[in-house]
Amino acid sequence: MLILTCPCCGVTGEETEFHGGGEAHLKRFGPGSTDEAFHDYLFSKVNPKGVHLERWRHNNGCGKWFHAARDTVTLEIYGTYPAQTTEPPQSVKDAITAKRPGWSWREFA
Amino acid sequence: MSTRLANGGRLLDRGRKVDFTFNGKRLRGYAGDTIASALLANDQMLVGRSFKYHRPRGVVASGAEEPNGLVGMGTGADFEPNQRVTTTELFDGLTCTSQNHWPSLDFDVGAINTKLARFLFAGFYYKMFIHPRPFWKHVYEPIIRKSAGLGKAPDQRDTDTYEHFYAFCDVLVIGGGIAGLQAARSAAATGAKVMLIEQTAHWGGRAPVDGGTVGGQPVDKFVDDLVAELSAMDNVTMRNRTMGAGVYDHGYALGYERVGDHQPAAKGPRHRLWRIRAAQIVTATGAIERPLSFAGNDIPGVMLASAVRDYVVDYGVSIGDRTVVVTNNDDAYRTAITLKKNGLDVPAILDARVPTQDSPLMAEAKSLGIRVLMGHGISSVQGVKRVTGVGVCSQAGEGAVLEEIACDVVAMSGGWSPVVHLWSHCGGKLIWDETTAAFRPDVDKAPTGAKGEAFVTPAGAANGALSLGDVLSDATTAGASAAKAAGHSGGDVTAPEAEQIDEAPMAQVWMMPHGAGIKKRQKAWLDYQNDVKVSDIQLAAQEGYESVEHAKRYTTLGMATDQGKLSNINGLAILSDALGQPIPQTGTTTFRPPYTPISMASITGEARDERFMPIRQTPMYQWHVDNGAFFEPVGQWRRPYTYQKPGESIEQSVSREVKATRASLGMLDASTLGKLVVTGKDAGKFLDMLYTNMMSTLKPGHCRYGLMCGENGFLIDDGVVARIDDNTFLCHTTTGGAESIHGHMEEWLQTEWWDWEVYVANLTEQYAQIAVVGPQARATLEKLTGDDISGDALPFMAWKDITLAGIQARAYRISFSGELSYEIAVKASEGRALWDALLAAGQTANITPYGTEALHIMRAEKGFIMMGDETDGTVIPQDLGLHWAISKKKEDYIGKRAQARSHVTDPRRWQLVGLETVDGGVLPDGAYATAEGKNANGQRETQGRVTSTYHSPTLERGIAMGLVLNGPDRMGEVLEFPRLDGTIMRAKIVDPVFFDKDGEKQNV
Amino acid sequence: MKRYSAFAVAREALRNNTGWERAWASPEPRKKYDVIIVGAGGHGLATAYYLGKNFGITNVAVLEKGWLGGGNTGRNTTIIRSNYLQDASAAIYEKARSLYEGLSQDLNYNIMFSPRGVMMLAQTQGEVRGFERTAHANMLQGVKTEFIGPERVKQLVPIININGPRYPVLGAIWQARAGTARHDAVAWGYARACSDMGMHIIQKCEVTGIEQSGGKVTGVNTTRGSIGCDKLGVVVAGHSGHVADMAGFRLPIESVSLQALVSEPIKPCMDVVVMANTVHGYMSQSDKGEMVIGGGTDGYNNYTQRGAFHHIEETVRALVETFPMVARLKMLRQWGGIVDVTGDRSPILSKTPVENMFVNCGWGTGGFKAIPGSGWGFAELMAKGHSPLTEAFGLNRFYEGRFIDESVAAGVAH
Repeated sequence: MLILTCPCCGVTGEETEFHGGGEAHLKRFGPGSTDEAFHDYLFSKVNPKGVHLERWRHNNGCGKWFHAARDTVTLEIYGTYPAQTTEPPQSVKDAITAKRPGWSWREFA
Repeated sequence: MSTRLANGGRLLDRGRKVDFTFNGKRLRGYAGDTIASALLANDQMLVGRSFKYHRPRGVVASGAEEPNGLVGMGTGADFEPNQRVTTTELFDGLTCTSQNHWPSLDFDVGAINTKLARFLFAGFYYKMFIHPRPFWKHVYEPIIRKSAGLGKAPDQRDTDTYEHFYAFCDVLVIGGGIAGLQAARSAAATGAKVMLIEQTAHWGGRAPVDGGTVGGQPVDKFVDDLVAELSAMDNVTMRNRTMGAGVYDHGYALGYERVGDHQPAAKGPRHRLWRIRAAQIVTATGAIERPLSFAGNDIPGVMLASAVRDYVVDYGVSIGDRTVVVTNNDDAYRTAITLKKNGLDVPAILDARVPTQDSPLMAEAKSLGIRVLMGHGISSVQGVKRVTGVGVCSQAGEGAVLEEIACDVVAMSGGWSPVVHLWSHCGGKLIWDETTAAFRPDVDKAPTGAKGEAFVTPAGAANGALSLGDVLSDATTAGASAAKAAGHSGGDVTAPEAEQIDEAPMAQVWMMPHGAGIKKRQKAWLDYQNDVKVSDIQLAAQEGYESVEHAKRYTTLGMATDQGKLSNINGLAILSDALGQPIPQTGTTTFRPPYTPISMASITGEARDERFMPIRQTPMYQWHVDNGAFFEPVGQWRRPYTYQKPGESIEQSVSREVKATRASLGMLDASTLGKLVVTGKDAGKFLDMLYTNMMSTLKPGHCRYGLMCGENGFLIDDGVVARIDDNTFLCHTTTGGAESIHGHMEEWLQTEWWDWEVYVANLTEQYAQIAVVGPQARATLEKLTGDDISGDALPFMAWKDITLAGIQARAYRISFSGELSYEIAVKASEGRALWDALLAAGQTANITPYGTEALHIMRAEKGFIMMGDETDGTVIPQDLGLHWAISKKKEDYIGKRAQARSHVTDPRRWQLVGLETVDGGVLPDGAYATAEGKNANGQRETQGRVTSTYHSPTLERGIAMGLVLNGPDRMGEVLEFPRLDGTIMRAKIVDPVFFDKDGEKQNV
Repeated sequence: MKRYSAFAVAREALRNNTGWERAWASPEPRKKYDVIIVGAGGHGLATAYYLGKNFGITNVAVLEKGWLGGGNTGRNTTIIRSNYLQDASAAIYEKARSLYEGLSQDLNYNIMFSPRGVMMLAQTQGEVRGFERTAHANMLQGVKTEFIGPERVKQLVPIININGPRYPVLGAIWQARAGTARHDAVAWGYARACSDMGMHIIQKCEVTGIEQSGGKVTGVNTTRGSIGCDKLGVVVAGHSGHVADMAGFRLPIESVSLQALVSEPIKPCMDVVVMANTVHGYMSQSDKGEMVIGGGTDGYNNYTQRGAFHHIEETVRALVETFPMVARLKMLRQWGGIVDVTGDRSPILSKTPVENMFVNCGWGTGGFKAIPGSGWGFAELMAKGHSPLTEAFGLNRFYEGRFIDESVAAGVAH
């Protein structure tokens, strides 16, 4: 049972307060995009063993969506940050690097 | 025979006699007894039969590791199978029965299996019962299944109550032995909030039995003082009878408190499940003694040496008059010494070791006159239902009997294994300790928590520290370092001085004697409950089941209700030996929660019956209950399906509701529909992305039906959108969709278009909504309002704020039935008042409340689609002929790109049509229209399916909608729909609008 | 290979079992094989078996990073059924179910297939309609199922409470010839048969890289060296994404934890498998007497083979509500496995962007029941380049939007 901290309301709570929402930093492809790009947007998941950037919603709390940097093997939470960004903040990247030097996730490292 | 001693029993209250029954026999014990100690005090050594061979089984242990002593307890609704006698406290009136035998414990027909044991070796069932094929199902398996299981299945509803508690602490100490107590003291001294839980009713663990002195005073006095000290501390919570059941991710732990098991008559819950969040956890879970593997080590009377000692010291019970002690370590000498000091005979200690000099314990035993045979072991045990003697042999040889010693107890000790379960549950790793021949926690590879920090610290015997002094100093350090890791330092508790008795090193003895032949190995038990012997593990290795998991699963070693607490290490030592590899290379199987079995009811807690899942109720719910509503569950709600009148069938009731509504007036509690307010300057732009149609062009005061797709292009929801003002829309969703669509909106707003100024609020429960439907709808409302609701003032697909029966209301003129229809929304608190007012006002118009089924029928008569009927997660709006609801002007909406993929634009997609049965009957739900031939997998080809089907009371015939290949182009064609009974129903493809095709009724 | 039989058991028992051979050999890897299968779980071993049996391809190695059958094959709740809605699903699961019926004889290893019947409860009107639809579809697919009423449910499962206050039982879809099997034995039986055909099962051999040349697979790098092959089949469930990554492509797969638990063993009290989807729980009784209980998946990517306890709570609550006597039983053990879930919750049996490399994954929570059918179809796909059983399960369906969605049978109502 994970513990997560919602970066929007600041509450640290049990997993049951939250709802996982899959991969973060999706880049949407709409009308006019290629089949390949659209397929990758919807289906090609990173599904990493290790560092993962993902969406969560504080659905039994403030209701806000946010992002978490989490390890899928150790379940360590490197940090959470608001979803209104196209890349993880430097502080979160640094926190990951401190524990997992050389990590990468899609275009981030 | 086993009997109660005249004196002793530190846990007993000899002043309080307790009566109980075992297999109907009336027996007596004392307060403080366990079932096991009370049975043994009454010379009831035989307590059950083993799983496979039905061998007679006696108590082996004195705690949670007991594999044999399992009984059915209680009767009727209180009956519970597989209760462990060593951990169940005796109470007055307790009834229990032994298990897994027929007709009786003493004479069990199943014991024939023991004669056949040589044929029932590990994995034999994988190799036989193969031919002839039908025999497995009809002959073999039924027999095997009959012999399955141990206890009887309960057959009644549990009448006890259970509850959940939440607890939060800095340091959770699991185990209330001296290690746990000392660790708790050390942690608490820092000011940290400490919770200490102990599975038994007593503090101090087994230290008081083992004896010794701490700080110059006897260990039991030390324990009493420590308990008193901790009890007085505000920052320490102590719970006994509370087992640490499991350790989970991020410092979550489960405590299982047996509140009422020992006092069933008392008020309150039977069990309490503690959900504990701890920053740090100390596992002070002690150690468990291992049996030795020698022939006949399962005969009742063969017991762990520590257990023999426990029964004497804790319960004043002598297991027998003459006890042979057999060991590979010094600790078992304590048993011999204890027995001797209590006046019992110890004819010999058989010590497999050959020490160069006597240790203090050896010397003490000898000084008491006990004969000690070094380098010796047991060749085999004699006896059937009770030990009668042992054959003594040299440990180094093949088991030639040098001497026979008559005895009625064998106290064995193969060394001690730290209890590493809770350390391991969440990923803590183990290392092999060669000197103690056991796995202990590898403290450098602890379970890690949310921040990647180690959050479990082992303490005392659970960490491999076995002597009193080592335990106390290890626990002191563990408590302080756990507190420090939780952010508390200082305290500065030093470990008390303890009397240190030097022990001679133990020897690794996995088979006794070392050169035991096959006959002996076939009689040397590893897993008592599941009947796994040394020879079985060796056979598994021989056949290539080399992984420890393979060997476990092939032989069932460690899979019984004790989960291998006694057998695992011995088993994998045998396996390692057979494979010629060191034990650490073999490794262990995975430790999984719970530590010992916990009641399912405790996991359920209060969430049973009505409280199983909360029921959401509309303001009118009680009226529905009071007026004959037949409910159906819809999401978290229960909605009236129909309101049955006395003597009516469901069908008649539904039919009455439809007819009354179409003829005059009906009303529906529509409060469960989702009501999402979307507001902000970009609200229109946002809804244009969310719905397939254009919402930004909707004028305030008006309503529009909208469709919503997921990014995959498939329909996910529909409903009427009302524009409240320039910046505000009210989006109605389906009942099941309110929460998910709200989440969907928030996700897009917060993760994709976060620069748009839009806010969403879910007001589903803030408003009650009532649909007033039928030709008399307007006239009836006019009785209750002075506002103008004429066709001009409130036209179709418009809304207006009015005062109705004195209540502020919003009337939406929308229709899901084809009738003149208003949906009236009021504050939830006024919903019931409006409902009652409408009922009264509509009386002359025969106002008829209707349920969901009438709603469905009326919409189907009009050819309106229903989410979940016409859609199933793979249907796009275009399939349903809803092209009019898809804006051609918009560049983008959620799902638009997906709807351009090849399969989604395939002209061969099935499309919505009406289906009119040739004979007027009702098509079965879910029926398929067949086509010619079969596909490559031999399945019948199909060309369509029924999505909704009803008997229409209005048209007095069956009507249906369905999705059909090229359907709209095939009007008039007749399709065949096979029914489940094999008959075929024929239906003509027609327009899906069956009633009032021109829509005149709603435009009155 | 020495045949297993009652006679052999008796003969060997009298010789103190000294005569039993290894069930499968433990060979050193060769330099090259015709076919390498990565993953010695049920699906991988079944693939190898049918490559040999149906296509005569026996120069095959099955590589396993741990111990064979140690993934989800050995962690699931052993339910076997084929009452699926969509044609493609029904075809492969029914193939599997029918192969299970004769598998003990086929493999000469008793996998204890027990056709005791599987019942899926309908507890909402939506489920009733969904299961009626499934029953109609099954009739045309040649899958024998029936929709039964609450009385029949109670008759088949006396311990059930059909009148629960929250979700009364409204009916059930019943497949009498569905059931359970001994999960480990399926892996062991296939492994023994493969080994007997001369195939190599190489345990503790982890694949660390995929070797390619000109867009074609040529072999794999492993912890035991480089091994060549003409064709490569990757059958590694939750680890598929990881192996695909080595070959330079991504899969529409996410790995999540699925938990299960067993009670202490009790005497037989339920002869069928019952699944209650509305309340999220299912239960059967093993031949040892344990009640085997499963529920839903955890909601995030997870490789720990553990799960969060609140899912266990939800499942047990559902079971106590459905079977009140469960309250008085005890949970003996809980565990988790990693399941690989695709975008439409249906499996992938497909060619890949790398020529001669194939994947079989995405079985999610339903893999065990499919093992023989999956192996049969995937072997055909690997040997011939196409198979009617696997046709619909290609990776291309995610490009085309051609989902095989089974969740539709339990559609949302209203």
